[in-house]
Amino acid sequence: MSEPGAAPFAPVSMTPSAAPAVAPVVAIETLRYVFPGTPPRVALDGVSAAIQPGAITGLVGPDGAGKTTLLRLMAGLLRPAGGRVVVLGHDMATDAAAAHPAIGYMPQRFGLYEDLSVAENLDLFADLHAMAPALRAERVARLLRFTGLAPFTARLAGQLSGGMKQKLGLACALLSRPRLLLLDEPSVGVDPASRRELWAIVTAMLEEGRADGMAVVWATAYLDEAARCASVLLLHEGRLLAQGPPAVFLAPLGGRVFRLDVAAQGRRAVARQAASHPAVLDAQVAGDALRIVLREGAVMPDASALGGIALRPVAPRFEDGFVALLAPPAGAAPPPQHTAPVAAKGRDGSTDAITVADLVRRFGTFTAVDHVSFTVRRGEIFGLLGPNGAGKSTIFRMLCGLLRPSGGQARVAGADLMRAPADARARIGYMAQRFSLYAELSVRENLRFFARVYGLGRAAQGRAIEAALADFELVDTASSVAGTLPLGLKQRLALAAALLHGPDILFLDEPTSGVDPLTRREFWTRIGALADAGVTILVTSHFMDEAEYCDRLGIVSQGRLAAVDTPAALRARVRSAELPEPTLEDAFIALVQPP
Amino acid sequence: MNATLLRMRGLVRKEIKQILRDPSAILIAFLLPVVLLVVNGFGISLDAREMKLAVVIEAPEETARGMLQALDASPYLSVQRALSRHDGEAAMVRGDVRGMLVLGEDFSQRASRPASWPAKAQLLVNATDPNTARILEGYVGGALQVWLAGVTTERRLTSAGGVALQYRDWFNAELRSADFIVPGIIAMVMTMTGTLLTALIVAREWERGTMESMLASPARMAELIAAKLGCYFALGMASMAGSVLLAIALFGLPYRGGVLPLAAAAALFLVFALGLGLFISTLARNQFVASQLAFLTTMMPAMMLSGMLFDITAMPHWLQLVTYAVPARYLVAILQTLFLAGDVWAVVLPNLAGLAVAAVLAVGATLAVTRRRLD
Repeated sequence: MSEPGAAPFAPVSMTPSAAPAVAPVVAIETLRYVFPGTPPRVALDGVSAAIQPGAITGLVGPDGAGKTTLLRLMAGLLRPAGGRVVVLGHDMATDAAAAHPAIGYMPQRFGLYEDLSVAENLDLFADLHAMAPALRAERVARLLRFTGLAPFTARLAGQLSGGMKQKLGLACALLSRPRLLLLDEPSVGVDPASRRELWAIVTAMLEEGRADGMAVVWATAYLDEAARCASVLLLHEGRLLAQGPPAVFLAPLGGRVFRLDVAAQGRRAVARQAASHPAVLDAQVAGDALRIVLREGAVMPDASALGGIALRPVAPRFEDGFVALLAPPAGAAPPPQHTAPVAAKGRDGSTDAITVADLVRRFGTFTAVDHVSFTVRRGEIFGLLGPNGAGKSTIFRMLCGLLRPSGGQARVAGADLMRAPADARARIGYMAQRFSLYAELSVRENLRFFARVYGLGRAAQGRAIEAALADFELVDTASSVAGTLPLGLKQRLALAAALLHGPDILFLDEPTSGVDPLTRREFWTRIGALADAGVTILVTSHFMDEAEYCDRLGIVSQGRLAAVDTPAALRARVRSAELPEPTLEDAFIALVQPP
Repeated sequence: MNATLLRMRGLVRKEIKQILRDPSAILIAFLLPVVLLVVNGFGISLDAREMKLAVVIEAPEETARGMLQALDASPYLSVQRALSRHDGEAAMVRGDVRGMLVLGEDFSQRASRPASWPAKAQLLVNATDPNTARILEGYVGGALQVWLAGVTTERRLTSAGGVALQYRDWFNAELRSADFIVPGIIAMVMTMTGTLLTALIVAREWERGTMESMLASPARMAELIAAKLGCYFALGMASMAGSVLLAIALFGLPYRGGVLPLAAAAALFLVFALGLGLFISTLARNQFVASQLAFLTTMMPAMMLSGMLFDITAMPHWLQLVTYAVPARYLVAILQTLFLAGDVWAVVLPNLAGLAVAAVLAVGATLAVTRRRLD
């Protein structure tokens, strides 16, 4: 770490001292990379690490941390601005071609030819590695069996589902039995079941390749995946925050993580109260309870002092470790919340903000949404959870009035979507997954633009903008150009813009995927306060972490709603003797599996 | 089989399958030439046929009849009688006729007696489009010459003894502008298939991340480029052959040259066009930007500065110098020569040299920017 004191504790390097000294597969020395541009942006700085054979090394960090850049440098696709990467003895800046036959690289965007079939893609990679026909046949057959792609060899890669594409990409990268397998976020946008299969394939292949000294680098923004890696490189804003086995990240948290049982109502308010306690580093809603992380050396306060009923210690998670590394020192107050309360009852006197009955949407012969029914109460945070392509975005777009339903009924904020989609649109706020504001305009100009678009009067515009700047702590950056803001601030601005017209319902499309845990916490604290003030929140996500923040979840699979319940109840459904503490992911997999 | 051959086989197979499955490649290589040839070949016509001409005859009918017949016989003119100068002028103002020929009262008198020569006739022409105006002037003058010659012979008036000008239109005896334009369109088609297609295809590989996969594989950069260029070279040559056959079959163009110079010119030009396409897509890595760049750097100059539509020798001197930097000009010159004149080596060889220089420069530029890296 080049800035002493920047992190709460120094990066820990864990080379098992008992193990015999093995030459690392990749040696990274004070690596630096700068994106050209004006101004040039430092993507990686001072990164030193070693990738050991026989293990999966997790390359962990939020979007923009430098994961892809580091992988590309390891693949010899970029020339470092400083330092060096040595793969199997070859300096990748000068001698990349010599290392390439031993590298299997799977880029984030599959790297597959979509107009070639599964078999043809595999054939191409076999040709590129100049594999002998007998060897090729054996390995292709094996990988096809292993990935479950054997029945689909004639299908074009472009027509595979997201999970199958990833498996094919993985098979192509594995075909040559590489000594170094580089995987760039293989599990993004993939359903939980496929995610587990990918992991199983990689671990099995690693087991086979262990004798040859195979090493795997798995980049991910999912912190639960990081916890399963043998070793982790934690990247944040281009710097290596820490490296070592996950246990190293968790060790300092021993005895500091608790589960706080709280009353069924008002969990979010309790969480805010608990978070402001000086002994508490982090307080998060987790299903029907709170998860509390104490500051280092802090004495455990009484459960009632935190506003809860009972405290009991639980095992720390990787995310807790990450938060502990990133967390600001004690004394930083949580953001203020001034949110105009929304009338508890809607314009039609109903307490339901959204009612959906038998909603259907067809695209040609394909039924994207198949008779979906659910209700969302006023002031509730409701999540639509499902993998890419399950139909959640289609439901979402219909509820936003952007897409006309093919059948069924839907009422949003008292307006009938079939008859008056424009009325419904005026009462909702929408925050897209990607930053959808004008990057060239300043913060204030963006807000003014949205205020005008929503038809606010001149005086109301001024009031709304000033209030938004104050509420979202954007006063200091009001004249900065939006495109130059850090991700967290951009997200805050997007949220401020979506709320300018005081909507009854807020639609969030994967709001915190790929964001670091601190930014995500800050975001959800705001969302929680909004919900407590009576704003109804509808979220879509394929991120299980995000789902935990929801009051209720609808699990979407193949256009149908597989289940609607609270996160705790969903987990309880799959609890069994073998699985005493099921995660939401376990619940998801069990619920979407065909009976 | 050694490793390089195996890799090349894999890459070439991949390209061929992609070409066959991707409708846009086939469209650009085979349908676009047809559309361009048909639209431009039939649409752009520099011919002036049946131009309407009002004739006002103030002289006695008898002389004028022969004269009218002579004018009417010209395929380029369509003669209308106007009763008076006033009517004729009104028709010109309305745009009903392109010009007006006035034969004064004393025209026949003067024309029949050499002593009173010259007999004066007045031609008024709508010169909004100077080109057409000049053509009309030429045709009317020509028709009058024909008539005068006839009259002279008829009356066996040998005393005239004037100079007789004989016209022979070489290379394009029928003065069909399609014969002149179509070779130029073929050059344009080659530019499109060569540069646009490669720029799009390679930019797509960057966009979809497949280029990243390829660069991290054992395939060498030279192999990647060779496989890609090789396949699109074959496609471009096929597209060229199709265009030439279409030009002959559909437009009835003559082809007077040999196959060898045509193939040589096409090959050199394709190497240039493919190299440029690769160069553009390596820099742009985005299909939209790549297509815009391809259009601006190849199509526009090919249309404006290659001599396909506009005569280079009629351009200002500095612009003529600029056209040497437009390789399409060499191809257009070769194609026009081969189609209309034959193997005129004095024209073909220097232009082939020009194409060779362009090809070398384009490939060199591509090699200079294409590194085996993403940055």
